[in-house]
Amino acid sequence: MSRNLYDLIGLAAGICFILALKGLSSPKSARKGNLIGALGATIATVIVFLYTNDAKALNNQTLILVAIGFGVLVGVPAARKVQMTEMPQLVALFNGVGGGAAALVALVEYLKLGDEATVAIVVATVFTVIVGCISFSGSIITFLKLQELMTTRPVVFPFGRQIIALTLIGILLSGGWVIASGGTTPLLINGLLSLIFGVLFVLPVGGADVPIVISLLNAFTGLTVAASGYVLQTTLLIIAGTLVGASGTILTKLMAEAMGRSLFGTLFGAFTAKPQQSSGEADTRPFKSGSADDVAILLNYAQRVVIVPGFGLAVAQAQHTVRELADLLSKKGVDVAYGIHPVAGRMPGHMNVLLAEANVPYEQLIEMEEINPTFPQTDVVLVVGANDVVNPAAKNTPGCPIYGMPILDVSLAVNVIFLKRSMRPGFAGIENKLLFEAKTTLLFGDAKDSLTKVVSSLKSL
Amino acid sequence: MVNDLMSNEIALLAIFLLSIFVGFEVVSKVSTTLHTPLMSGANAIHGVILVGAIVVADHAQTTLEISLAIAAVILATVNMVGGFVVTDRMLQMFKGKPKQKKVKREDK
Repeated sequence: MSRNLYDLIGLAAGICFILALKGLSSPKSARKGNLIGALGATIATVIVFLYTNDAKALNNQTLILVAIGFGVLVGVPAARKVQMTEMPQLVALFNGVGGGAAALVALVEYLKLGDEATVAIVVATVFTVIVGCISFSGSIITFLKLQELMTTRPVVFPFGRQIIALTLIGILLSGGWVIASGGTTPLLINGLLSLIFGVLFVLPVGGADVPIVISLLNAFTGLTVAASGYVLQTTLLIIAGTLVGASGTILTKLMAEAMGRSLFGTLFGAFTAKPQQSSGEADTRPFKSGSADDVAILLNYAQRVVIVPGFGLAVAQAQHTVRELADLLSKKGVDVAYGIHPVAGRMPGHMNVLLAEANVPYEQLIEMEEINPTFPQTDVVLVVGANDVVNPAAKNTPGCPIYGMPILDVSLAVNVIFLKRSMRPGFAGIENKLLFEAKTTLLFGDAKDSLTKVVSSLKSL
Repeated sequence: MVNDLMSNEIALLAIFLLSIFVGFEVVSKVSTTLHTPLMSGANAIHGVILVGAIVVADHAQTTLEISLAIAAVILATVNMVGGFVVTDRMLQMFKGKPKQKKVKREDK
């Protein structure tokens, strides 16, 4: 295959990626868009094997094929079996290994080129190693946070800002060292410091903001791929990497806006904010807890009920039960709708995916801007496993980690029912004053058990 | 020769800059519902670094180079294949009827 033909087919794959992103931006064409992207990636992979100088097999071809087979064996079952609730961390993990791969690619090419590398190539290599390593270690930390293998709260350590600044200076200095004098050792030091920086950079980010960081690291990995495309002089990698870098940056901005956060505040907020006493003193007012029968009676005599699903619903696998409850109420003539916060679940749009999985009719899912004005006419709001997205602290407590995030104004409704496992605060770790209001009833227990009990007592009414 | 090299560099720069604009343009307006699948899909696309990993594995000579390159191939494959599969799984659930929602909005 000639170089020209190879580049032309590569260009076709690049166009597939553009069409894929375009398709993914609209609900109707999203699935087709993803398949076009997969097609482009497949074409790109196959033609590398066909393009050699004299139609010989690649060096190490068997090893490469075995490695690809192994990667498929790891990646596909992980993607197939993952619970929809755990999907954000899987995406984070996939993103991290991609960044790691790009850093390794640039490293190997650098080792091979040795003194032949031009300055521009060395600069691109250093960039790839730095950003790839940050993306890799940062993604691992986001994975640990989302999987709740470590605390979801911002981790702030003494002299955090100074340590981060020193690491950054170290990265720049060692990067300059590589460019000035070459050699492998400075590049390895550079990579190591970047790995450390990735960890330090994600640790202070609070749990609720982690999706924004995943999106940002995704854009980083895109740029890494583009830079390694320059190192290898491969047009396709430059196109694909830059596309992801640019669209990822916009997406990060859109996500941050949906959550009412500034990107800067998300990343450095934990360091600039004054140390907070867990957002105010603990509330010692009594709270009202009820039984499943109490809840059923409230729901039965309501005219309009809004269900606010949160991550707790998904964790308890209660999507189907909640739909059963909604169907039952509809049959009794109650007007039922779901109020979906843009970041309900762990990522923007996550809750829509989870409820769609349980066949909840799309038209019952109402977005926040549309449902908020209807709360004063709502008799009962049923909050299932959600907390931060209805926490009034986001409106009235400046300085708390979620301050400024748009919320569902459930406190305007006549009655609010919380189905919760305990009084433990939500993912962001902030206490919710609404739990202590007179209009609020709490039903403790696993969301699915509670809902099942409510459904059965509703049936007997 | 020098001219050839220059024009190649400029061509790559042009591709880079134009791709930035295309990337910005393509996702400039997307509803929050699709943020998660879009992020996941974009994540799968950068798995195409697999191409780079295969190229360096072809170049690699020393044991160190080969091991690092093969590790890159494995990681990139996981990123690419896993990314597309998980995005497709997510999008399967969007079979719902988005049209009906529009109709409902017009009713109001």
